[in-house]
Amino acid sequence: MAKTNAGALSLRVTALAYLAFMLLIPLAAVLQDGFRNGAAGFLKSLLNPAAWHAFKLTLWTALLMAAINAVMGTLTAYVLVRYSFPGRSLINSFIDLPFAIPTLVTGVMLVILYGPQQALGSWLKHHWGWEIIFAPTGIILALLFVTFPLVVRTVEPLLMEIDQDQEEASRTLGASSWTTFWRVLFPAILPGVLTGTLLSFSRALGEFGSVVVVAGNIPFKSQTAAVYVWGEIESQNQQGASAMSVMLVALSFFVILLVDWFEKRRRSVHAR
Amino acid sequence: MPAEIQLVKPIIQRNPWVRPCLLSLVLGYIAFLIFVPVGTLFFSAFSEGAVSFFKVLCRWDVLHAFGLTFFLSVLAVLVNAVFGLIIAWVLVRHDFLGKKFLNALVDLPFAVSPVVAGYMLILLFGRTGWCHAWLQAAGIKIVFSLPGMAIATAFVSLPFVIREVMPVLQEIGLEEEQAAHTLGANGWQTFWRVTFPSIRWGLLYGITLTFARAMGEFGALFVVSGAVSGETETATLFVFRAMDERMYQEAYAVSVVLAAVSFFVLLAMEALKKRIHEEI
Repeated sequence: MAKTNAGALSLRVTALAYLAFMLLIPLAAVLQDGFRNGAAGFLKSLLNPAAWHAFKLTLWTALLMAAINAVMGTLTAYVLVRYSFPGRSLINSFIDLPFAIPTLVTGVMLVILYGPQQALGSWLKHHWGWEIIFAPTGIILALLFVTFPLVVRTVEPLLMEIDQDQEEASRTLGASSWTTFWRVLFPAILPGVLTGTLLSFSRALGEFGSVVVVAGNIPFKSQTAAVYVWGEIESQNQQGASAMSVMLVALSFFVILLVDWFEKRRRSVHAR
Repeated sequence: MPAEIQLVKPIIQRNPWVRPCLLSLVLGYIAFLIFVPVGTLFFSAFSEGAVSFFKVLCRWDVLHAFGLTFFLSVLAVLVNAVFGLIIAWVLVRHDFLGKKFLNALVDLPFAVSPVVAGYMLILLFGRTGWCHAWLQAAGIKIVFSLPGMAIATAFVSLPFVIREVMPVLQEIGLEEEQAAHTLGANGWQTFWRVTFPSIRWGLLYGITLTFARAMGEFGALFVVSGAVSGETETATLFVFRAMDERMYQEAYAVSVVLAAVSFFVLLAMEALKKRIHEEI
């Protein structure tokens, strides 16, 4: 089919041109701008105290969120695949809702629920001293909502194709359900858990819409890296915006490539 | 895309507490994370009655914002459906140097923060950008106007069609196409009569995801549009401005409409998933 005739060639050129125009040239522009004062300028902009704080905040909230998501996503997939209960397929459809809802709307929902002027928000603040909006807790909640489907949807297919004979054997041989889970079930679904967790981490690094509404733009408190980039663009500090942009893109693209490599290896082992 | 969920019953559970505990933990988590916030949004939007809700939706700036969002999303769908099909085809059926690199590059929009996506366009087309002198000579304005917003929307929603169509193309293989070819069909006929019917549901699923992503885009547009009310303000940008100016009723009403649209997108996704599952 892939004869190199004029038609095939023009298709290939069209594809390459579109990808170059949409992806490659913009990427080159931000890389060039980030390093326009050399590696020293790049590092200096990143190590500026506000930038560094924003980057650290982004990292730890994304890591904590990914850990919670790994546990709750796996449990959700397990319950949805293994238990029959009324409303099961309806709830299963709703798992994808966070992908469909604009992330800005997610932020608005959380502010309505937990905002300092709202009933629940002010109650939490006065009785427990627990701030959610304009604080890291709100960021983590927003990220959990936005990335919820990722772990569930990567673990579900693995749980469905598991060979139950092994589980049965383990149980018949007298292993407890906990041992069976850790020794038999968990190793089988681990690749899915890892893939989903890494993808949600990568997605969280750049999240903007929900976070900017929930956390605002308060340097040294609730300003994340993506919000920091926006602030630097607004205040015309191009070097600062570019350096942080390069850092964010590099980190989350690296994680995505890692997942790709990992999935390919898994599939080739599977096929053998 | 995930297949439809099937039930795999666990083998005899010895501990009778495991099932109810896990079930209530997971259902409680989903309620806390998804249903309560969504419910609160709907409740708040209608807290001053349906009349004031619809009054908000009849404001001219709100109508304009929805019109712009719809226009940009349809444009992104058209552009990414056509180019996405071509790119998927080339990545699956052609062999050339750097193919692996391009295949990885397609995922870039998933890794780029929306703010950074908008910022890249400013770096290219803005006042200090690479193409600025050339654009000014030609009298074209991209940043802070519609073309920039269209490019930004197409950028963030670029991978979906490609990623949904590629596996289907790989799966259907070459045999039927080669048969059509041997029987004398030309390339175009082969595509329309043989290839297209097998990829159409995958394509439609990709288009649905593209539309959802484009409709909900905020960060990239926020940076690239200038968000001038009644001109370059989309629905999400309106919600942000309304929250900022403490026009909460307006923000909630527009958010509810966006959430309702995404609910229909979800229904479409479910229906398509079933279709794809049946065809395989």
